[in-house]
Amino acid sequence: MNLFADTWAYLTDWSNWTGDGGLLQLLVEQLLLTFTALAIALVVGLPIALWLGHLGRGGFLAINISGAGRAIPTFAVLALLVLWEPVGYGEFGPFGRAGLATLIALALFALPPIVTNTYVGVDQVPRDIREAADGMGMRGSQKFSRVELPLASPLIVAGVRLALVQVWATATIAALVGGPGLGNVITAGFFNGDYPRGLAGAVVVAVVALMLELLSAWAQRAVQSRALPDTRGSKPRDTEGDTNEASTNPGSGTGGSAGDDRRVVRG
Amino acid sequence: MTLLGSAAAVSAFAGTAGAPSGPAADPKCYSAVVNEWMCKDYFVDRQDELIAATREHLAITIFAVLLGLVLAIPLALLARRSARVEGVVLAICTGIYTIPSLALFPLIVPFTGLSRTTVIIGIALYSLTILVRNTTEGLRGVPDDVIESATGLGYSRTRMLLRIELPLALPVIMAGLRIATVSAVALTTVGALVAYGGLGNLLYNGVTTDFRAQVLAAALICVAIAVLLDVLLLLLQKGLTPWTRGRAGRAA
Repeated sequence: MNLFADTWAYLTDWSNWTGDGGLLQLLVEQLLLTFTALAIALVVGLPIALWLGHLGRGGFLAINISGAGRAIPTFAVLALLVLWEPVGYGEFGPFGRAGLATLIALALFALPPIVTNTYVGVDQVPRDIREAADGMGMRGSQKFSRVELPLASPLIVAGVRLALVQVWATATIAALVGGPGLGNVITAGFFNGDYPRGLAGAVVVAVVALMLELLSAWAQRAVQSRALPDTRGSKPRDTEGDTNEASTNPGSGTGGSAGDDRRVVRG
Repeated sequence: MTLLGSAAAVSAFAGTAGAPSGPAADPKCYSAVVNEWMCKDYFVDRQDELIAATREHLAITIFAVLLGLVLAIPLALLARRSARVEGVVLAICTGIYTIPSLALFPLIVPFTGLSRTTVIIGIALYSLTILVRNTTEGLRGVPDDVIESATGLGYSRTRMLLRIELPLALPVIMAGLRIATVSAVALTTVGALVAYGGLGNLLYNGVTTDFRAQVLAAALICVAIAVLLDVLLLLLQKGLTPWTRGRAGRAA
């Protein structure tokens, strides 16, 4: 098919990568947006979720924030922010046009996986392990840093990984509201009938997404084997949020929780 | 309240629009100078457009999730045949899930063109991912002693699957279906890229024309659809698995 040949031609033409508005510039812009938003979400979400998990309170919030994050379309949030005057379309430093709106939307959509997984991770530390820590004379802060945090870390990292995927996707969608990032190549291609260009943009976005996923999976495995050394030999379990969240949902029955309990208890 | 609101909006616009024309000149809460978020006139005037977009949105969502479900169950059954097959299936699913929707739709366009089918297939792929994962997880959660009892009673493989395993896995499968459906409602908006985004078309149009009432209305209807479908599926699950409620009650 000709479209594929044209797409390949677009991708292999170096001039499409360099220069102002080139693929490389947009790629760097989107990576910058992604990691800045992820950092903001971690700074905001992690302490709150850890604290709530340590207290064992706020489970309602931690679980429902994920539901809300799924039900609210990222596109709609971006659209609302862009039309809302205090945020608006304006250039925002290195983040480009509508940079502030994009950054806010990205950070918002990174929060649910981070908060839910962190909360569940800390909250699911078995009671007998906590009691053992109490029995050893650990104070609240010691129990938190030496018992709860290490045992929760695999789930926390899984949440951060999910957030990364989510943020990269949202950063792509920003182009639909005239925002920054690689999505612009896709929208420019599609709305102007230049399909090879749109397809080329999609390929770059997809390839980078897969690379981020693989890198974070590798990082996750490293953290996991450090936190739970005895699981190193066993098959790495998929700790994506869906099954975790399904199992923490009170309505989901007993089937799903078996796997998660097993994973946490194993430590 | 409407009058106060529009007066505020006009004064907010006064800086750019020169002399404010006054709310009385234009009773509408949307116009060249008035751009309110909540606007009853908009709902009345654009009723047909809103209903058509909502209908298309629902159609795309429901077709996509059904397609995902139809494909997910056999895939999940295939996956549990061996750990290697399961690994491959789950890896492909995770890979698809990783690709942003705005990039996934273009990758399907060469095969199905700028059509509703493109959006449906794209969203079905995301639903598939969630459903395969939850179905395998649900089937794995069926207790071994139940399987042994059924084997002892002489259940065939098919009968075991239909009468024992799938019903017991249903709560987890339904939880996945709810997640997939709610996600699908949100994802459908991105279909605006190929002009089949249901309410997403209104969002896109609203952003390009700086039309607040339209953007907020489309966003609110999206969330309402998601919540409605979620509640319907929850009720369906409660109806299909009456034993889970009893068990939860006893446990508590």
